[in-house]
Amino acid sequence: MSLYVSIKKTLNEFELDINLAVGKSSVGILGTSGSGKSMTLKCIAGLETPDSGLILINGKVVFSSERNINVPPQERNVGYLFQNYALFPNMTVLENITIGLKLPKQERIRIALEKIEAFGLGGLENVYPDRLSGGQQQRAALARILVKKPEILMLDEPFSALDSSLKWQLEQEAINTIDHYDATSLFVSHSRDEVYRICSNIAVVSKGKVDSFGEKKEIFENPKTVSSAKLTGCKNISKAKKIDSKTIMCVDWGINLAIDNSVLEDLNYIGIRAHFFEVAFCERTNSFEIEIRKIIEAPFTITILFNFKNNNTSIWWEINKADWEKISKESLPNYLSVSPGKVLKLKEEF
Amino acid sequence: MAGENIMDYTPLLISFRIALAATVITFFLGIYSARLMVNSRSKWKGLIDGILTLPLVLPPTVIGLLLLIVFGKNGFIGDFLLNFNIRVVFSVSGAVIAAAVVAYPLMYRTTKGAFEQIDMNLVYAARTLGLSEHKIFWKIIIPLSLPNIRAGTILAFSRALGEFGATIIIAGNIPNKTQTISLLIYTAIAGGDMELAVRWVGIIIVISLLSVFSVNMFTPAKSGVGRSV
Repeated sequence: MSLYVSIKKTLNEFELDINLAVGKSSVGILGTSGSGKSMTLKCIAGLETPDSGLILINGKVVFSSERNINVPPQERNVGYLFQNYALFPNMTVLENITIGLKLPKQERIRIALEKIEAFGLGGLENVYPDRLSGGQQQRAALARILVKKPEILMLDEPFSALDSSLKWQLEQEAINTIDHYDATSLFVSHSRDEVYRICSNIAVVSKGKVDSFGEKKEIFENPKTVSSAKLTGCKNISKAKKIDSKTIMCVDWGINLAIDNSVLEDLNYIGIRAHFFEVAFCERTNSFEIEIRKIIEAPFTITILFNFKNNNTSIWWEINKADWEKISKESLPNYLSVSPGKVLKLKEEF
Repeated sequence: MAGENIMDYTPLLISFRIALAATVITFFLGIYSARLMVNSRSKWKGLIDGILTLPLVLPPTVIGLLLLIVFGKNGFIGDFLLNFNIRVVFSVSGAVIAAAVVAYPLMYRTTKGAFEQIDMNLVYAARTLGLSEHKIFWKIIIPLSLPNIRAGTILAFSRALGEFGATIIIAGNIPNKTQTISLLIYTAIAGGDMELAVRWVGIIIVISLLSVFSVNMFTPAKSGVGRSV
């Protein structure tokens, strides 16, 4: 159970150049819109043709420019869940599920009805998709895909168009399905939270390339590149210059930062996550005088926009509301610090 | 021709027969060419689309003349058909060809519009589910395009029924043979028989209104059909 992708395709704005080897696990593909995530899935499914490269699904060659192999999507047996679920509006739930099955009619209906039951759609066999709720549509689409026992499962931003209450419910259902379906699954999203909740491994895709790939904790706690840091939610990123083995200069912010382990030679950016700042009451390691520009209130968190003294660049600081109320009771903080271990050491992407 | 008080309905029959035959031709040609054009990736696509739409914007007399050049006894198709003793000029088949050519772009464009509106994700999903291109066309694309195909058919039929300019040039105005309602009205006015002309005008208005109503009936006003969910 595995997937191997090594493809190139020239697109309008950049060249897609994806290298990815995935075992039997769920991999989240995280990237901004237009970074080439969906195009990658379409190439794997055979809906788009790469210019060159090789794609193996469970050891079978489905695309090879060298050997002139391009298996049509119909024969790749890839499960593809689209954002709008793509249920055929002119067919009932039952017809939607049976149409992909190549079996005698009786057998088709029996298997489809089993799946309908398993996905909690009993009683809706003869209903058309526009009469289904969002959750039922997702389940029908998943049932339609899984009834074919696909070799791999690919989900293309299935939750990005939903409102948040429904999103949570559908997400949990999808996680359940992915977990129960014992195969390679790819989950494409631009939401770092979604990817983190759903997948065990993450590939960060930026401008058509896999920027970093690994265990999700590692990617989130220790991103190595500027785009990985941004996509995992790091709001504050500055150009940086090494001063000595334990100190770097943040060019955009006009400060020097101490970091814990020695500075990598090719480091040229640093990042500080918005919630890594702490209030400091006097000068100490990595504490800096700040000027608060703006306080933005959300239901449970406070976001503060500030700049370091004698510098104009805005920096984000996030804190939960209860803590903020404690801190700001007397006066607004003048000093913030960041622990040397929390500074992200980054490389610029090329 | 019509007698004193008795209405001769032959022109109505001729009109209907010609329009029906022309509609059948445009129906298949229109759907087929729309499918080819939607799937085509040729760089000449724009030009071909323009040519296929041309009969909609050209004056019918120009179309008539062009047909005469092609189907006349000196035209290359006309000359070929004469070998089999088939004469297009001044015959019913000429009238059918004229009506079909003029009505064709309406069928072609409405069908093509429907094909283009179909959510590509439906086609993609169908492919990953293993449906052949043939099955995708007949089980998904055609059913979802049905309202537009119906509307296109009715529009094409109405256009064919009212055809005048191209028909009079290639098929002539032969009573009881190629004289359709439009041609009869023209003849009646030219001959000063206003009463006859007005009577036929009334009939053609009723028929046209009926087709407009049926087009509106078949064109989806709400989003339910023909869209993805």
